[in-house]
Amino acid sequence: MSQPVLQIKDLKTQFFTDDGVVQAVDGVSFDLHSGETLGIVGESGCGKSVTALSILRLVQEPGRIVAGQILFKGDDLVQMSDEEVREIRGKDIAMIFQDPLSSLNPVLTVGFQIEEAIEAHGKVPGKTALNRAVALLKQVRIPAAESRVQDYPHQFSGGMRQRAMIAMGLANSPSILIADEPTTALDVTVQAQILELLRDLNRDLKTAIILITHNMGVVASLCTRVLVMYAGRVVEQGPVEQIFKDPQHPYTWSLLQSIPRLDSDRHDRLLSIEGFPPDLIRPPRGCRFNPRCQFKIDRCLHDDPPLMNVGPDQDAACWVTMRRALSSNGERRG
Amino acid sequence: MATAPGITEKFLEETLAHEQTSLWGDAWRRLRRNRLALASSVFLLLLVLVAIVAQFWTPYSYYAQGLGPIYQGPTPQHWLGLDQSGRDILSRIMLGAQISLKVGIGTQLVVIVVGVLVGLVAGFYRGFVDTVNSTVINIFYGIPDLLVALTLVLLLGRSLGIIIFAIAFTQWMNMARLVRGQTLSLREREFVEAARSGGAKASKIIFRHILPNALGPMIVQATIGVPMAILFEAFLSFLGLGVPPPTPSWGAMAADGFHAIRIAPHIVLAPAIALSLTLMAFNFLGDGLRDALDPRQKR
Repeated sequence: MSQPVLQIKDLKTQFFTDDGVVQAVDGVSFDLHSGETLGIVGESGCGKSVTALSILRLVQEPGRIVAGQILFKGDDLVQMSDEEVREIRGKDIAMIFQDPLSSLNPVLTVGFQIEEAIEAHGKVPGKTALNRAVALLKQVRIPAAESRVQDYPHQFSGGMRQRAMIAMGLANSPSILIADEPTTALDVTVQAQILELLRDLNRDLKTAIILITHNMGVVASLCTRVLVMYAGRVVEQGPVEQIFKDPQHPYTWSLLQSIPRLDSDRHDRLLSIEGFPPDLIRPPRGCRFNPRCQFKIDRCLHDDPPLMNVGPDQDAACWVTMRRALSSNGERRG
Repeated sequence: MATAPGITEKFLEETLAHEQTSLWGDAWRRLRRNRLALASSVFLLLLVLVAIVAQFWTPYSYYAQGLGPIYQGPTPQHWLGLDQSGRDILSRIMLGAQISLKVGIGTQLVVIVVGVLVGLVAGFYRGFVDTVNSTVINIFYGIPDLLVALTLVLLLGRSLGIIIFAIAFTQWMNMARLVRGQTLSLREREFVEAARSGGAKASKIIFRHILPNALGPMIVQATIGVPMAILFEAFLSFLGLGVPPPTPSWGAMAADGFHAIRIAPHIVLAPAIALSLTLMAFNFLGDGLRDALDPRQKR
C-alpha cells in the first residue's frame, strides 16, 4: 500500500470541565490512505466527532489535544502553529457538518460563501471565483447553478444545502474530506443521493473521505474500511465486508444485530444494546464495554484489551471475540 | 444525474422559480404593515427634509431680532409666533431640527463604531479581553451620565462636536454590551465553525460572518439611541450648556420660553411639541424595526 495521507497516532483529546476530565478520545490510532473511504461508527458520545474536530484542531475550550500525533503527509498537525493549521483547513483537509442549514451563514448568498471558501487560500479574481463557484455547484448537481448561486441558504432545500456544503468543501480540491454525519439531518431519499454524490466524487477526484456516522447502512454503502469506536477508543477496525460478515468485537456485533433485516426470520426480535455509553470522566475498569457486554469473562472486568489482530487486516479489542463467544454458545444466534 | 427521468432542467427551473425574499426584503414587508412605524418613518423623513431645507432657506433669519412685537402669538406672517427677542419661532424650530438630528445621528455613529468594535473583540476573544471590557463598561455605568457629559462640555467647550462626543461617551456601553452578547452566541453557531474549518481568518469570521448577523439588533439599538441622544442634548441646552446661541436648539428654546410660560406659552410649546413628536417617532420606528427584524416572527 502507498504511504498514508493521514496517520493518527495515539490521539488523546480531553475536556477539562468543572466535573472532571472527560476522556473524549483516548488513544485512537488509524491510517488513511489517499483516495480511501473510511467510516467511523459508534453511538452518540463515543468520540467520533471529537476525533474529526481534533484532526483539524477545531476542538474548542475546555477541550484540548493532550497527546498523540496527527501526521498529514508526514507533518504533525498537533505541533503546527495556528496559522499553519489554518492554511491546511479547507485547502488540504475540508470538513462538512451534520446540519447544512446551520452550517451556512443565513445572511450571505450560497455563491458568496463558496467564493469565500475559494478565496480563503489566496486571492482569486472575482469573476474566476464566481465561475468556479458555479462549476462546483454543477459538480454537486445543483440544477440551474448559474441562477442558484445568487440564492440564500433558506431558499435551498435540505439536500441542496448539503450539496452546497460539499461544494464549499471541494472548493480547493482537498485531499481529505471529513464528513461528520452528512446525511443525518436529511430524509432517506436525499440521503441516498448525497451518498451517491460522495461516492462519485471519491471516484472522480480521488478525494479521501472520512465518514462519521452512527448508521451502519451508510457505512456499508460508501466506505471500504470501517473503524468502530466506543467510549473514546477504537474497538474494531477492518475492511467493511470483513467487519459486516464476521464482526469480532461484541459491540460491533451488537450494532449489526440492531439493524433490521429483510431476510431474517420475522419472529426474531430486533436486538438493542442494553444500557448507556459509560461516563467518560470515570470510565469503567477493564474493558470499557464490559458493563453492557453479554459475553464478558472475568478478565474483562480488570484487564483492558488492546487492539489485536483477529482476521485478515482486521483488529479488535476484545479478550473473548465473537468467534469464540458464538462457538461456546452453540451457534444459537447465527 | 441525480434527477429522475422525465424531470427536465426546464421543469426544475420553473418549479424552483420563486420570489426573491431576502432578510431585508422580509423586514421591509413586515415594517410596512406596522402603521405606527410607517407613519413615524414618514414624519422622520419630513423632518430630515425640513432640516436640509433649513440649511438653505428659512422664512426669516433665525437670528434676526425685532421682527415684530416680542411675545407675539401665531399670526399669518409668523405661523408659530415670535419669541422674547422678536425672532421667528418657525425658522428657529426648522434649524433646531437640524441640530437635533445632527446630535442624534452623530452620536449613534460614534456609538456604533466604538460599541461594535469593543463588543466584537470582547465577545469573540473572550477571556482576559472580555473581563477588562466588562469591568470598564460597569465602571462607565456607575458614573452618572449627566455628570460625565457636563464635565466634558465644561472642560472641552460647547461646540456641536464636543456635545456629540460627550453624549456618545455616556451611551456606547449599551451598544458594546449588545454586540458582545450577540457575538458570544454567534461565535458558537455552526456556520462559524464551518467557516473556521474552511480556513477562514479570524478577521473574516468576525466581519463577514458574525457582524452581518448582528446587524438587526444593532440597528434597533441605534434607532432607540437616537432619541436618547436628542433628549440629552435638549437637556444640556435647557441647562444652558448646549450649542452656543444664537444657534437654536429645541432645548435652549424651551428654556427661553420657560420664563414667559404664563404670558406666551407658545414659545415653550413649539419646541416641546417638536421634541416630543421626534422622540416618539424614533421610538415607534425602533419598536417597529425590532419586530420587523426578528426572524422568529415569520409572517
